[in-house]
Amino acid sequence: MTTGGAAKSRSEALLQSVRASSWSTRLSAVVLAVVLVLLFSQAVQEPGQFASQLVIGVTNGAIIALIALGYTLVYGIIELINFAHGDNFMIGSFVGITVLSGTFVGLQFFAPITGDGGTLLKILGVVIALVVAMVVCGLLGVGIERVAYKPLRNSPRLAVLITAIGMSFILQNVGLIWKGPAQVPFPELISSANILPGEAVIFRWKDLFVIAVTVPLLVALSYFISNTRQGKAMRAVAQDKEAASMMGINVNRTISITFMLGGILAGASGVMYGLFNGITVFNVGFTQGLFAFTAAVLGGIGNLSGAVVGGFLIGIIGSMADQYIGVRWTSVVIFAVLIAVLVFRPRGLLGDRSAVQGGGE
Amino acid sequence: MRKARRVTTLVVAGLLSALLVVGCGGASNGGGGSGGGESVKIVSDLPLQGANRAQTTTMVNAIKLAIQQRDGEVAGLQIDYESLDDATAQAGQWDPAKCAENAQQAAQDEAVIGWIGPFNSGCAATQIPTLNEAGLAMVSPANTYIGLTKPGGEPDEPDKYYPTGERNYARVIVADDKQGQAGAALMQQEDVQSVYILDDKETYGKGLADQFQKAAEEQGIEVLGREGIDGSASNYRSLMNKVAQAEPDAVYFGGIIENNAAQLIKDKVGAGMPNDEVLFVGPDGIFVDELLGQAGDAANGIYVTFGGLPESELSAEGQEFVETYESKYDDQIQPYTAYAYEAANVMLDAIERAAEDAGGVPERQAVIEEVFATEDFEGVLGTWSFDEDGDTSLTELSVQTVDGGEFTLDRVVDVADL
Repeated sequence: MTTGGAAKSRSEALLQSVRASSWSTRLSAVVLAVVLVLLFSQAVQEPGQFASQLVIGVTNGAIIALIALGYTLVYGIIELINFAHGDNFMIGSFVGITVLSGTFVGLQFFAPITGDGGTLLKILGVVIALVVAMVVCGLLGVGIERVAYKPLRNSPRLAVLITAIGMSFILQNVGLIWKGPAQVPFPELISSANILPGEAVIFRWKDLFVIAVTVPLLVALSYFISNTRQGKAMRAVAQDKEAASMMGINVNRTISITFMLGGILAGASGVMYGLFNGITVFNVGFTQGLFAFTAAVLGGIGNLSGAVVGGFLIGIIGSMADQYIGVRWTSVVIFAVLIAVLVFRPRGLLGDRSAVQGGGE
Repeated sequence: MRKARRVTTLVVAGLLSALLVVGCGGASNGGGGSGGGESVKIVSDLPLQGANRAQTTTMVNAIKLAIQQRDGEVAGLQIDYESLDDATAQAGQWDPAKCAENAQQAAQDEAVIGWIGPFNSGCAATQIPTLNEAGLAMVSPANTYIGLTKPGGEPDEPDKYYPTGERNYARVIVADDKQGQAGAALMQQEDVQSVYILDDKETYGKGLADQFQKAAEEQGIEVLGREGIDGSASNYRSLMNKVAQAEPDAVYFGGIIENNAAQLIKDKVGAGMPNDEVLFVGPDGIFVDELLGQAGDAANGIYVTFGGLPESELSAEGQEFVETYESKYDDQIQPYTAYAYEAANVMLDAIERAAEDAGGVPERQAVIEEVFATEDFEGVLGTWSFDEDGDTSLTELSVQTVDGGEFTLDRVVDVADL
C-alpha cells in the first residue's frame, strides 16, 4: 500500500512538472523522444550498422573534443575565444608529418618510418611525433599569448578577439607556405584492420588508437586541474584574477600555462587527426576548429566536461545524420541541435565555466 | 552646414576617383598601342595555385608555345599574351571572386580580343556573362559542365549566361553529357548492375553526376542512392559505411580533387569496398597525379573518365606537339596540356582570319564569329568542328585506371556508338 502511495505521489509530481513546463519545453521533449525512439528502432533493426556508426561518431568526436578543450580552457581563464587554436591544431598535424616523414628542416632527421618498418619502430615514431607536436604546439600557444594577447589584456575584449582572428590567418599562411595548398598525405602507420571478429561491427586499430590517446590525456588534464597546485591556481585565476594575485598567485604565468595546455592538446589532436584520417590540409584548422568551437559552446564554454560531452555529441550526431538523414544535411542538423540547446539552456548543456571556476565538478 | 560640407567632400572625392580611373584607362590604352607596330592581346585564365598547379603550368607553357610557333605574330600583328591566375592562396583552388575580377579586368581592357580559359566550370559560370556583355571571344580548354552551352543542367541554363543573347563561348573539350555517358558505358562494359552516386555540390561535380545518373538509368543501371558530400569534412567513414550497406556494384563520384576526393577513395576502400569488388569511377576533375600520392594504395584500381584522349592516343599533329613540348620544357605533359595548345591555336587562327578580313586589328565581334566558324580544324586532337553551341564534334573519350600508382589508359570509349 505504501509503495503504491509513493508511486502515486511520484506520478503526481511528474504531472505537476509537466503542467508547470512551457509549451516549447514540452515540444522539445516530444521531439527528442521521437528522435530517440526512431534511432532505437533503427538500432534494433540493424544493430551492426548502428554500432559501426556509433564507433565512427565516437572516434570523430574524440578528436573534436580534444580540440574543444583548448577553446574552453582559454575561455575559462580569460574569456577569450582563441580563434588561433584551430590553426595551432593544423600546425600540430604538419609537425607530425614532418617528424614521421623524417625530413625535419630539410635534414634526414631519422629514417622515415613508413612501409616496412617494424611495429616497435612505428610505435616509437608515433610517440615521438606526438611528443614533438605537443611540445611545439604548446610553445606556439604560449608564444601567441605573449605576442598577440598579453599586450592587449586590458583593452576591450573585441580588440583581443580581432587579434585572435589575425593570428589564425597568420598561422594558416604559415601552413600554406610550409606544405602548399593541396591536401598532404600522412604515412599510414596504424592498421585499418578490424580488431573485432566478424564484419558486423567495425572497430579498427585506428579507432583504438584514438581512444588510447584521448582517454589518458583527458584523465591527465582533469588530474592536473583538480589536484595540482598549478591547477588550483588556474581555478583561482578563473574565478577572480585580482584576488588570486593578492593571494600570491602569479597570474601571468598561470595564463601562460593555460595556453600551453591548450597547445599541447592541439598538438596531440593534430597528429592523431593525421594518423587517423591519413590526409591533412592547411585549412583543416578552420573547419575542424569550427566544429570544436561549436562543441565547446554546446557543452557550455569554459566547462571542461562540457567540451568533452559536446565533442562526442557532435561526432555522434554527425555520423547518425550521415546514416539516417543524408550527408548534405549533416551540418544543418549539427547546428540545428546547437540552436535548440542554446534556446533552452543558453549556457550550454552543462553550464559555462563551472569546471575551471568552481572546482572540477 | 556641416552636412553640406560632407556632401561637398564626397562629391570632390568622387570626381577625383573618376579622374583617376579615366587616367588609368588612358595609360593602359597607350601601353597597349606602343608595342612598335600594331598588336593584339590575348589572355588566359587558369588556377595557377592549388592541387592543379602542375597541370595549369604546362597549359600556360603550351599557350606560349603556340604563340612562339607563329613567331609571336598573327597576320602581321604582334601578339601580347598575359596569363591570369583565378586561384587564391587562401582558397587553395579557383575562387569565384578572383574569377569575376579577372573577367572584369579583361572586359575593360580594349586591347584584349581573345580569352583562353577558364579551367573550372564554376569559374566559367561567373565569367561568361561579363565577357558576353563585353563581346569577348572565349575558348576553354577544360570546362565540361553541360549547362554552359546546352540545356541539361539547371532549367534556365544556358541562356542565363548570355545576357546579350549572342554566343561568345566555345570549348575544345568534350562536354559532360558525353562524359556522363562514357562513365555509364564503362560500367555497362564492366557488368555493373547498381551504382551509388556522390557529388561535391559544385556546378561541375553536381552537373556531371546528374548527367551520369541520366545515362546510367537509360542503360538500365539501378541507382541505389545519391548524396552530396562536404569537401571540407574530416572523413567520409559514416557515409561510406552507409554506401556499403546498400551493396552497390560501383560508386560514382562527380567532383574535383580539391574537394577531398582522395579521402573519399580511402574511406570507400576502408569501409570494406575494395576497388576490384566495387568499382570507383570518377571524372576528369580527379584526373590529377596528386591524387595518387594523397590516396596511396587505395587509388589502385579506380577508373577515371576523361573528356578527351591522353597524349599517347592523339593524332599525328598531337604526337608532334608532345615531342616539341618535351624538348622545350622540363615538366611532364599533363592531360589538359594538349587542350590548352588546341584552344590557343583555335583562338589564334580565328584572330588571324578576322585580322585579314579587317586589314588590321580586328573587332572583338569578328573574332567571335571566326571562332564559331572553326570547321574541320586539323589540330592535335584530330579533325573537328564547333557546332552552333560552341561544342566540339569529337565523341571519343578515354578511361584511365590506376595501376601500380600510375594512371594508365584503360580503354577508349566512343559515345557516338551508344
